[in-house]
Amino acid sequence: MSEKTLMAGNIAIAEGAILAGCHAYFGYPITPQNELLEHMSKRMPEEGRVFVQTESELSAINMVYGAAASGCRAMTSTSSPGFSLQQEGISYMAGAEIPAVVVNVMRGGPGLGDIGGAQGDYFQATKGGGHGDYHIITLAPSSVQEMMDLTMLAFELADKYRNPVALLPDGFLGQAVEPVTMRQPVTKFPQKPWAITGAVGRPKNIINSFAMDPVDYRPRVELLRQKFEKIKQGEVRYEGINLDDASLVIVAYGSAFRAAMTAMKMAREDGLKVGIFRPVTLFPFPVKPLSDLSRKIRRFLVAELSCGQLIEDVRLSMSAEAQVALVNQFAGVPISADEILEAVEKIIK
Amino acid sequence: MAHLEDNKLETVVYQRPESMEEHPFHFCPGCGHGIVFRLVAEVIDELKIKERAICVASIGCSVNSYHYFKSDGLESAHGRAPAVATAIKRCHPHLVPFTYQGDGDLAAIGTAEIVHACARGENITTIFVNNAIYGMTGGQMAPTTLPGMYSTSTPGGREASLAGHPIRVCEMLSTLEGTAYIARVAVHSPAAVRKAKQAIKLAFRVQLANLGMSLVEVLSPCPTNWRVEPIKAMEWLAENMLPHYPLGEYKVIEAVAALKKEGHHA
Repeated sequence: MSEKTLMAGNIAIAEGAILAGCHAYFGYPITPQNELLEHMSKRMPEEGRVFVQTESELSAINMVYGAAASGCRAMTSTSSPGFSLQQEGISYMAGAEIPAVVVNVMRGGPGLGDIGGAQGDYFQATKGGGHGDYHIITLAPSSVQEMMDLTMLAFELADKYRNPVALLPDGFLGQAVEPVTMRQPVTKFPQKPWAITGAVGRPKNIINSFAMDPVDYRPRVELLRQKFEKIKQGEVRYEGINLDDASLVIVAYGSAFRAAMTAMKMAREDGLKVGIFRPVTLFPFPVKPLSDLSRKIRRFLVAELSCGQLIEDVRLSMSAEAQVALVNQFAGVPISADEILEAVEKIIK
Repeated sequence: MAHLEDNKLETVVYQRPESMEEHPFHFCPGCGHGIVFRLVAEVIDELKIKERAICVASIGCSVNSYHYFKSDGLESAHGRAPAVATAIKRCHPHLVPFTYQGDGDLAAIGTAEIVHACARGENITTIFVNNAIYGMTGGQMAPTTLPGMYSTSTPGGREASLAGHPIRVCEMLSTLEGTAYIARVAVHSPAAVRKAKQAIKLAFRVQLANLGMSLVEVLSPCPTNWRVEPIKAMEWLAENMLPHYPLGEYKVIEAVAALKKEGHHA
């Protein structure tokens, strides 16, 4: 029997990173992820690893770049406005093929917004976010356990594809406290012969995302494009619940998924056949599974904490016959199971 | 010079430093960057740190820095080199990361990164090349452009009421406690070049001795964007930059003074 520990979401991310062998953490205070930075300030030195509180999120992401370019597993965590600042570094890392983990505990926006949980950074995370042609793998946890597990997966995928990976919980999950089964620490790490570790007994390594001549840069971006296609083929993750007999499917992730679970239970008590489709990878989006599902089930309801962002990817995945409705909250306000149930009833009844 | 008296033509008196790549410079004729790169390479040779040195390049005319050394190197986003170097040093204390940054990179877009690397006392070395102009983008005003100086974005000359005042980087950073060694040198004459090399070497020795942040500002000519001939540019530097940016050592903590006394053989 594995023992469970009561833990906040933000702490589970920190401990997941430590278990995954994250050697360096760099961060800047911003609500609602401060517990993560504070926890790391204590835990990383305890583990003999690197912690730096930086002067900005910009500096943090560039330190992540330096640490990861020198072969270490490295991470930063932030919340929405800080994630915007970090797009510069994320683009450089995508261009230079540097593996790193960026945690964005999303809050209400745009602008300074507020400190409530939200999912308004969906586009920014899944469509590139910074300048140029690239994607980052985007993982969406929906429980504190997943905050730990997907953080560990994020490091693995980052190294596997030499690409930044974003963990995208909303602020409500960051603050949520739930029992967590602790995982075993990672002990096997991939070799990184490309890393900047000092040119000893080998030709020098150079890490960049630049060519003087566009003709020289194009083949590199072509390789990136092929890599993202490979990621789309190989790394789609999702969860389906009660889909076998469902006449309506709620599509939701993060804390909206948690509200949707309650709504589904309430609906089923009333005899309404509701199922749930939960994307775990937001990029790569589970296009095919959702598309296949839309040939069997025609009614979909997207529940999200943003003004219609997830629904765009859902619509793009649908067969022509399927109908998609939206129930949402935004700007840091949580969504309730009652709101979702009401939307379900409106469609079914 | 003793070798020359032997009158043997095969005696090598000047050659490419061992740690310098056979890679053509992409600089304009008369540019000072080539001199500075050579000095850094000579120092890497003399300190025998080719395998430990990490060239942290920046954006601007310094963008290709890593091509000129045989050491590992990487690109940083504009202004972020001190953050990148910080992480490399913290993760690998045995490595010797140095940033190579121009005035636009370090003193405009990268002010936060350099100030806080200095404040934290990061054990890294910065070579800061100040030519008072944005070179690569075609001669716009830099944070170090002199009062009254022409640039393509100050066509009537830099006017303080409109475009502010030039930043004196060494003076500013030497007030921060984390800095161990800060000096301003120039490469406009053979004598100045010799002194520049001494400062660059000491800066690297400061890092090797774990004494804290070291920075050498190098005043360097940009004939293309100053719109003068190379030799005139050297003279222009002496006449116009030196009065505004006095050469010298701005910060030498006690431990560095002691290191200096030990001589130049680390």
